[in-house]
Amino acid sequence: MLNSIKLYFRFLEISLRGQMQYRASFIMQIIGQFFMTFIEFVAIWSLFQRFGSIKGWTLVEVAFFYGLVNVSFALSEVLSRGFDTFAGMVKSGDFDRLLLRPRSTVLQIAGKEFHMRRFGRVLQGAIILVWASIVLNINWTVDKIILVLFSILAGICIFFGLIVLQATLSFWTIESLEIMNTLTYGGAETSHYPLNIYRKWFRRFFTYIIPIAFVNYFPVLVIIGKPDPLGTPSWLGWISPIVGFVFLVVTFRIWNIGVRHYKSTGS
Amino acid sequence: MIAYWTVISARYRMLLQYRAAAIAGVVTQLFWGFLRVMIFDAFYRSSTITQPMSFENVITYVWLGQALLALIPLRPDYEIRNMILKGNVAYELIRPLNLYWLWFSRELANRTAPTTLRSIPIFILSMLFFDLQPPTSLLSAFGFIISIILAIFLSSSISIIVNISLMWTISGEGVSQILPAIVWIFSGIIIPLPLFPDCVQPILNFLPFRGIMDTPFRLYMGHIPPDQLLNVVGHQLIWIVILIAFGRWILNRGLKRLVIQGG
Repeated sequence: MLNSIKLYFRFLEISLRGQMQYRASFIMQIIGQFFMTFIEFVAIWSLFQRFGSIKGWTLVEVAFFYGLVNVSFALSEVLSRGFDTFAGMVKSGDFDRLLLRPRSTVLQIAGKEFHMRRFGRVLQGAIILVWASIVLNINWTVDKIILVLFSILAGICIFFGLIVLQATLSFWTIESLEIMNTLTYGGAETSHYPLNIYRKWFRRFFTYIIPIAFVNYFPVLVIIGKPDPLGTPSWLGWISPIVGFVFLVVTFRIWNIGVRHYKSTGS
Repeated sequence: MIAYWTVISARYRMLLQYRAAAIAGVVTQLFWGFLRVMIFDAFYRSSTITQPMSFENVITYVWLGQALLALIPLRPDYEIRNMILKGNVAYELIRPLNLYWLWFSRELANRTAPTTLRSIPIFILSMLFFDLQPPTSLLSAFGFIISIILAIFLSSSISIIVNISLMWTISGEGVSQILPAIVWIFSGIIIPLPLFPDCVQPILNFLPFRGIMDTPFRLYMGHIPPDQLLNVVGHQLIWIVILIAFGRWILNRGLKRLVIQGG
């Protein structure tokens, strides 16, 4: 176990060093990412200029939901790149080689590549999160700081798990993987706004089937000190992020089923 | 001329083969449409101020955007990128065709083929079930069709600039990130352009990007009345000419400094 963790960080180091060889291109892409997501927030700001509020939520409150989910989504993209491009390995048959090595497939794929360029989006999310927490004048007690970090970590787990599911699907089909974008990008975009603005079936979907509400909506309510308009008790937000970790464990189980099902292309 | 037409139709038919991907694309687009409509619904319920566009129009705008999303250039043409990286672009230069128009023909097919596959099912489904309104009049339908054809040319003339910029390996990376982001927001796909603050409206009206989505959509719903047709279509045409001239100019500059590795 300890050896695996060491190996993982070694992979991380190699990947980072490799990408830093093209420094100018690297910095350009980070700026590009930052710019693109920043512009997206300008669009949200414009809507608040027109409408004032959304179901009683102000721009700054929405910004807290937005910043938090962007940080975890972007970090998960940094870490899950190997799984995101996994369909290519199935297609080319390269996955066979990983099966021969005396390490778990999860470790090898997760360590294959780190998408450092996504740090542009991490930065954007972090800036908006900090801005929102200053304007909202949040009283940062130790337990709230722990809850924020806990939620970000749990959010990474959920998005990572979704990418693992996408990779698992590619054992059966490598076309139509675009549908998974509705859960990853779609889930992130949905969480840009508090969940209670959506219709019931949609809220239920992102609570009970894809449990993003547990790592964003519920804990953020606790942190910004607002009661849930939907009436859930406030203690829920303190423990709900745990669901994110459970979700990741479940997706790894499903992944293992997929690996057992794998038949090589033979090429 | 026949040669270019052959390039367009061959590439078009090749891209039409990606049907499973198109079905996935339709499902994805329907999801985004739902999400956007719900968010706008919540905003419109939260304010009693009269907005520059009615909620019914916004719904139509959102669904038209989802149906015609593939008109927006999001990624550079990876085949051209590989040609430049590997030096195969030399073969493109030997052909007895003008390189700009050759690549432009590819772009026309790249834009229209996925749009053909995805737009029809989304059009039908959203008109039957999700409140996409029909065009307000025969004249506005006519204006929409004219303007969409120009939108294809406009979009191609922008995306070809992204492809050409890849000849500058480092700065090209930045251009291929930032230009699509600018098109993404200033075309109206994220939020309808009339909902941006009044002070930026003159800028939005000046820029070419509204010609890809906003102009045709507003003609469709009569938000731009048909008697304005010549004005807005003229705006699209002028920008197409400017962008093609610019694209040809940077292509020539790129070719002058292009070094092809032998081997």
